[in-house]
Amino acid sequence: MPSINRCLPAVRRLRIANTNFQQSSQLRIQAARSAYQPLQRRWQHSEAATASSNADEGPPPSRSGLSQSKIKYTAESYPDLKRDSRFKEITSDDVKFFKDVLGADNAIIDGYSQDATSDLEAYNADWMRKYRGQTRLVLKPDSTEQVSKILKYCNDNLIAVNPQGGNTGLVGGSVPVFDETIINLGRMKNIRSFDDVSGILVADAGVVLEEADNYLGEHGYVFPLDLGAKGTCQIGGNIATNAGGLRLLRYGSLHGNVLGIEAVLPDGTIVDDLCKLRKNNTGYDLKQLFIGAEGTIGIVTGVSIICPQRSPAVNVAYFGLESYEKVQEAFKEAKKQLQEILSAFELMDSQSQKLYNKASGNKLPLENDHAFYCLIETSGSNTDHDSEKLNAFLEHVMGEEIVEDGVVAENETQLKNLWACREGISEASQHFGGVYKYDLSIPLPQLYDLIEDCRKMFQENGLMDPEDESKPVLDVVGYGHMGDANLHLNVATRRYDKQVEKVLEPWVFEWVKERHGSISAEHGLGLAKKPFIGYSRSDNMINLMGQIKKLYDPNGIMNPYKYI
Amino acid sequence: MATKLRILVPVKRVIDYAVKPRVNKAQTGVETNVKHSMNPFDELSIEEAVRLREKKKPVEDILAFSAGPAKSQDILRTAMAMGADRGIHVVEEKQELEPLGVAKLLKKVVEQEDRNLVILGKQSIDDDANQTGQMLAGLLNWPQATQASQVEIDGDTCTVTREVDGGVETLRAKLPMIITTDLRLNEPRYASLPNIMKAKKKPLDKKTLADFGVDGEKRLKTVKVTEPPARQGGGKVEDVDGMIGKLKELGAL
Repeated sequence: MPSINRCLPAVRRLRIANTNFQQSSQLRIQAARSAYQPLQRRWQHSEAATASSNADEGPPPSRSGLSQSKIKYTAESYPDLKRDSRFKEITSDDVKFFKDVLGADNAIIDGYSQDATSDLEAYNADWMRKYRGQTRLVLKPDSTEQVSKILKYCNDNLIAVNPQGGNTGLVGGSVPVFDETIINLGRMKNIRSFDDVSGILVADAGVVLEEADNYLGEHGYVFPLDLGAKGTCQIGGNIATNAGGLRLLRYGSLHGNVLGIEAVLPDGTIVDDLCKLRKNNTGYDLKQLFIGAEGTIGIVTGVSIICPQRSPAVNVAYFGLESYEKVQEAFKEAKKQLQEILSAFELMDSQSQKLYNKASGNKLPLENDHAFYCLIETSGSNTDHDSEKLNAFLEHVMGEEIVEDGVVAENETQLKNLWACREGISEASQHFGGVYKYDLSIPLPQLYDLIEDCRKMFQENGLMDPEDESKPVLDVVGYGHMGDANLHLNVATRRYDKQVEKVLEPWVFEWVKERHGSISAEHGLGLAKKPFIGYSRSDNMINLMGQIKKLYDPNGIMNPYKYI
Repeated sequence: MATKLRILVPVKRVIDYAVKPRVNKAQTGVETNVKHSMNPFDELSIEEAVRLREKKKPVEDILAFSAGPAKSQDILRTAMAMGADRGIHVVEEKQELEPLGVAKLLKKVVEQEDRNLVILGKQSIDDDANQTGQMLAGLLNWPQATQASQVEIDGDTCTVTREVDGGVETLRAKLPMIITTDLRLNEPRYASLPNIMKAKKKPLDKKTLADFGVDGEKRLKTVKVTEPPARQGGGKVEDVDGMIGKLKELGAL
């Protein structure tokens, strides 16, 4: 769901090539740079991939060779879903109204008065190639007032609406199911203010996460959220989906960091709560409702967020371990010995690393095979202090035989390459055809049991074979944010297959429910997880949520068919 | 019996190649309070020396050497974690050494430590001089093969392949010899934890320039250091008409 206008791949690449990251590296000696080419990630679409790596939470920035028109319509893959006949079909009068509101020609993609199929596809299809809507109208407002006028009109005329950011979501929430009109925030991309004493940033919803982070970087600050899709996803979408990502362990969730929100309700009301205060105990904290609401009660148009100082000293180590028990021990030790400088503790199983190696062609850091791998990142203000702590920790875990082997990044290039081993898994899992992804919160002691049970199931039912092309499933891989008890189960397939889906669902959800976990830790509900919310929330809770939805969106025009 | 290889690998601590250097306010150099790492070309040198041993060549000893401030020790430890057997650190906090000074220093090291093969990075990415290896070869009067992309050693014969414009050139010479490394020679390994711990116990001798009878006096004076002109930012046009207008404005149409 965080997502943006999916412009032509070439255009997008241009933008990525303009980021500070690229500029700075270009200033270094070209020769030294190419020395590391072999180490860098060599995906088919290489230049784009290096600029924006892919954690589980993120898509590759562009998949130029693939045509969206080959993706099945969501309406076909979900035959039980029917278009709600209450919703109005767009007429030329509607289009005229929107054109008047928006003014500029490029603010609207109108598939009604002309053939705009190819332009619309980029907004209709999701990056996983799993979902494809059929809208013929995309609106791209550039101000909160425009959003307000559009929504009020839609609400009055019962026009269904699909808010869209960078369109990098993983649960089909960012693309329409039928002909919902897309309201894309991509043109609202101004940084409104930044205070470098308090670190509070106020920005439009359509600012791309990486651009916000680069902007903050110039002031010595960092965005408290980082995820693989950062080069494409927008901060408004991040908030609407309550994205988790790689820095959560250190900086906490958006529910804590977001200080204020500006949003538009379906009736046109502007929720003007761009508060810049850390403390404000005056009434209900309504902004929290919009964080993670996935565009079902309103559209987030602006955000005020508190940003921490960027750490000048960052170290990364990568370990091999023999069992999940040892992983837990290592995590405990890391928390104990690294405490305030620990900024990431990521888990990867052996299968995920082999798959990454196979898909990317990149060498793995350790020579021998280990059952598990962990990536630890520390960040702090003083290199010497951090190194000393890290070294003591490393000596301890080696000495006590908690880890079998490991490497430490000796320079920035190695640091990026080690992170690529973690962030590249998402793309690797779907490299061979497709992927079934589950993003789960499970109590730590049982976290990895799910992968083992799932793998065993596929071994027994004969649907999985790493070599045999006739079997749909290639491998089952597990990885995730150990620090947040958040596991990603990826079933890498050669093609999307109903049989595989039937085996997995609701099996996975039942498994998680029995252990009191969550069926969606950070990816949200969208279309994919909507039917399964009952596995993680009680009827009571779902009813209460329904009341909120009815209160703010009585006509149900906001992102219909999804969420709850 | 084949000649035993006694290898010297000089390594230099430089600003990490992924860090953007910034010119200091006085315009006398760049800000050095940033992340430093081993010069990438020197990593290739260490890696090649270690690979020679792994290829069962008769490597008797790999000596890593660095001259510079106390922090240079870190990269010597890295070199040892990658596989060097011991290190020598000439501590020099005050002055920056120039290629000729370094070459003279290395000549003394080669003589005192009885080296018969020196593998150097072809250049360091901070001053880009690309001179030290060549000067050392001249001072020692040894054969040299610069910018190696492949190194073969058989007995006391070295065969070095180097990439030149339009093809490759193959050189052959007898030990003792100077080799400088280029990009495609190998892919340096990560320093593994067990090896990092072992490296802490490997001998690291601290010396001074005076111990080698070299003064390291500067012959060059840096007049001024400036940043390259700032890149002109690109602009976005709203539509096709805008683009055509812009192109016309620039005289491209």
